[in-house]
Amino acid sequence: MDATLSENPFSKEAQTVQMPEEPPLRRSGRLADVVFLNVTRGAAILTLLLLAAIIVSLVIGAWPSIREFGPRFLWTAEWDPVQEKFGGLVMIYGTLMTSLIALIIAVPVSFGIALFLTELSPKWLKRPLGTAIELLAAIPSIVYGMWGLLVFSPILARYVQQPMQAAFGDVPVLGALFSGAPVGIGILSAGIILAIMIIPFIAAVMRDVFEVTPPMLKESAYGVGATTWEVVWRVVLPYTKAGVIGGVMLGLGRALGETMAVTFVIGNFNQLNNLSLFEAANSITSALANEFAEATPGLHEASLIYLGLILFFITCVVLGFSKYLLMRLKRREGSRT
Amino acid sequence: MRLTSIKALATGFALAGVFSSVTAQEITGAGATFPAPLYAKWADAYNKATGARINYQSVGSGAGLRQIRGKTVDFGASDMPLTDEELQKDGLMQFPTVIGGVVPVFNIPGIPTRQMRLTGQVLGDIYLGKITKWNDPAIVALNPGLKLPDATISPVRRADGSGTTFIFTNYLSKVNPEWKAKVGEGTAVNWPAGAGGKGNEGVSAFVQRLPNSIGYVEYAYAKQNKMTYALLQNAAGSFVAPEDTAFKAAAAGADWNKSFYQILTNQPGKDAWPITGATFIMMQLKQDKPQQAGAALRFFDWAFANGDKMSDDLDYVPLPDSVEALVRQQWGKITDAAGKPVMTK
Repeated sequence: MDATLSENPFSKEAQTVQMPEEPPLRRSGRLADVVFLNVTRGAAILTLLLLAAIIVSLVIGAWPSIREFGPRFLWTAEWDPVQEKFGGLVMIYGTLMTSLIALIIAVPVSFGIALFLTELSPKWLKRPLGTAIELLAAIPSIVYGMWGLLVFSPILARYVQQPMQAAFGDVPVLGALFSGAPVGIGILSAGIILAIMIIPFIAAVMRDVFEVTPPMLKESAYGVGATTWEVVWRVVLPYTKAGVIGGVMLGLGRALGETMAVTFVIGNFNQLNNLSLFEAANSITSALANEFAEATPGLHEASLIYLGLILFFITCVVLGFSKYLLMRLKRREGSRT
Repeated sequence: MRLTSIKALATGFALAGVFSSVTAQEITGAGATFPAPLYAKWADAYNKATGARINYQSVGSGAGLRQIRGKTVDFGASDMPLTDEELQKDGLMQFPTVIGGVVPVFNIPGIPTRQMRLTGQVLGDIYLGKITKWNDPAIVALNPGLKLPDATISPVRRADGSGTTFIFTNYLSKVNPEWKAKVGEGTAVNWPAGAGGKGNEGVSAFVQRLPNSIGYVEYAYAKQNKMTYALLQNAAGSFVAPEDTAFKAAAAGADWNKSFYQILTNQPGKDAWPITGATFIMMQLKQDKPQQAGAALRFFDWAFANGDKMSDDLDYVPLPDSVEALVRQQWGKITDAAGKPVMTK
C-alpha cells in the first residue's frame, strides 16, 4: 500500500485524501469484471442447463408412453384414454396444419403492412397505424379465443362454410374440404385466429428491418427509374431477407405454441375422419391444456407429456430449418458475387 | 415523499401478509372444479364465522388426487370416487359432500324445454353417431306429439377432462351396451362423434348457437342459464325432469352403509334422475399433521350443519341427513400417528 502511495506522481497533499482510494478502486474494477463475466456466463449456462433439464424431464415423464408406443405414436390417430391406447397423429396434424394456414395468411398480410408503413404510408399515419398493429400483440390470447368462438366462427359458418357447402357440396375434392357440422369451428378458424395473433409480430419485425435498409440504396434504385415494387422486390427484400425470415419464424413459433385461443375454436375432436378444413380437430397444446388436469397418472399422463416432447422437437426443427435457410441464402450470395 | 409513503405501504402489506399467515390457520385443499364455487362460498362463510381460512384450488380431480397422495394438501377433491381397494392402497379415505346432476340440453328451434323425452339407449346412440337425425324412428317413438325436424344432430361434449364427463359416460355405459363396449367411461374418452367445448360454458355456447345440437352440462349451469333440457327415462321406466327432488331420490337409493364408493347414475326409484353423481373429498387416514386434518374436518362438519342453504342457492343438492350422519361417523377413522382420532368435538 505504502509503496504504491509513495510512487504516486501526484501531489503529496492530495495523496492522503484521494490516493488511497484509487488503487483499490481499480482493483475492484478488475474484480467486478471477473464477477460480471462469471455472472453473465452463469446466466448463459443456466439457460442451457434449464433446456437440458426440460428435455430430460420430458423424456422421463413420457417414458412409459415411449416404451409402450414407440415411434408408432407419431402416425397412429387413436386417442382412447379408457382403453389406454394413444397416438398423436391428430394433434400433430392439427398443430402443423393450423400453423401452416396461419402463415399462409399472415405472411403476405404482414408484408403488406410493413411495406405500407415503411414505403408508402403518409407520415402522419405511420405512428398511429404502427401503434395500433403493435396493440394487437398486447391482446391476451384468451380474448382472441372467446372472440373467435362467440363472434368469428358464427360469421365464418354463415358466410363462408354454408355457402361453400351449398356450392361445392357435391364436387368430389372441394366438397370434402368444406364438409362437417356447420359450426364454423375447426382447423380453418383456428388457423385464421392464429394468423390474426401472429400478424403483429411478423409485421413489427418486417417493418423494423425494412427501415434499416440504407436510404442510399433505395434512392439509387429510384434514381435509375425503378418503380416502388421493383425497389422493394429487388433492393429492400434481398437486403433484409435474414430479418424477414427471422420474423416469420418468430410468428411460426408463436403459432405452434399458442394454446388458449386454439382450444376455443379448434373443436377438440380426437379423430381424423377427413381432411375438411371445417372438421373439428385438435392441436398438441390444446390437448395438453384440456386433458392434463384430469389425466390419470400412468399412460394417459405419459402420452400427454410425449406430445409435449414432440412439440418441443417440432419447434426445434422449425428453428433449425430457419437457420439452415439463412445459411444457404448467405452461401448463394457468396457464390453470386 | 410519495415514494417513501408507497414504500411504507408496501412494507406494511408485506408485514401484514407475514403476520396473517402466521396467526390464522390455513387449510388447503385441491381438486374437482365442479364443487369449487360451493367450497369457495362455504369457505368464505366459515372464515367469517370462525376466522379459519380454507384455501381451495380447483385444479381438476386428477390433479387433486395427485396432490392428496403426495400429501401436499390437507384434502383432495374428486368427482370420481376411488374404489375401496384404491383407497386402501394409498391409505386414503373418502366421503361425499354434495350431489349434482348432469342434464342433456338441446337446441331445436320450436321445441321448448321439458318437452323432449329421451332414453339412455337413444342418448348413447346419438353420441355414438348411430342416430344422426332428429326425426329418427327411435326418437319419434318416444315423442309422438312433437314435430321433430329432418335435421342432422350435432352432438356437443366436453373437451376438457371432467367429472361431468365421467358421470355422463358412466351412465351411458350402464344403459347402452354398445357404448360400454366401444367407448367406456372416464373423465376423458375417445368420442366417436361431435365437437368439444371447453368447460360447461364452452358446451353451452355451442349448443345455444348451433341449431339441432345436443349437449350435456351440469344441472346448476343449465338451470342458471335457463337452458332447454330434455326429460330422461330412469331405471324404473318413468320419465323424470332434473330437479332437486329427483337428485335426492337418486342419492337415497344408494347403499351408503356399505361403502362411500357410490356412483349415483341409473339408480332405482321412480323419481330418481338417472345422471346423478356425488362429489367427494379424499383425506389421508394416518395424519402427519393431525391439527390441520382436524381443522379440515371441523370445516366440513360446519358446512354439513350450516351449508345446506348455500348449496341450494348455488343449485347443488345437499346430502340426505342420514348420509351426513354416516360421513361424520367415518371421520373417526382419521387418526394421528398414535392412532388418536384427529376430530375432537
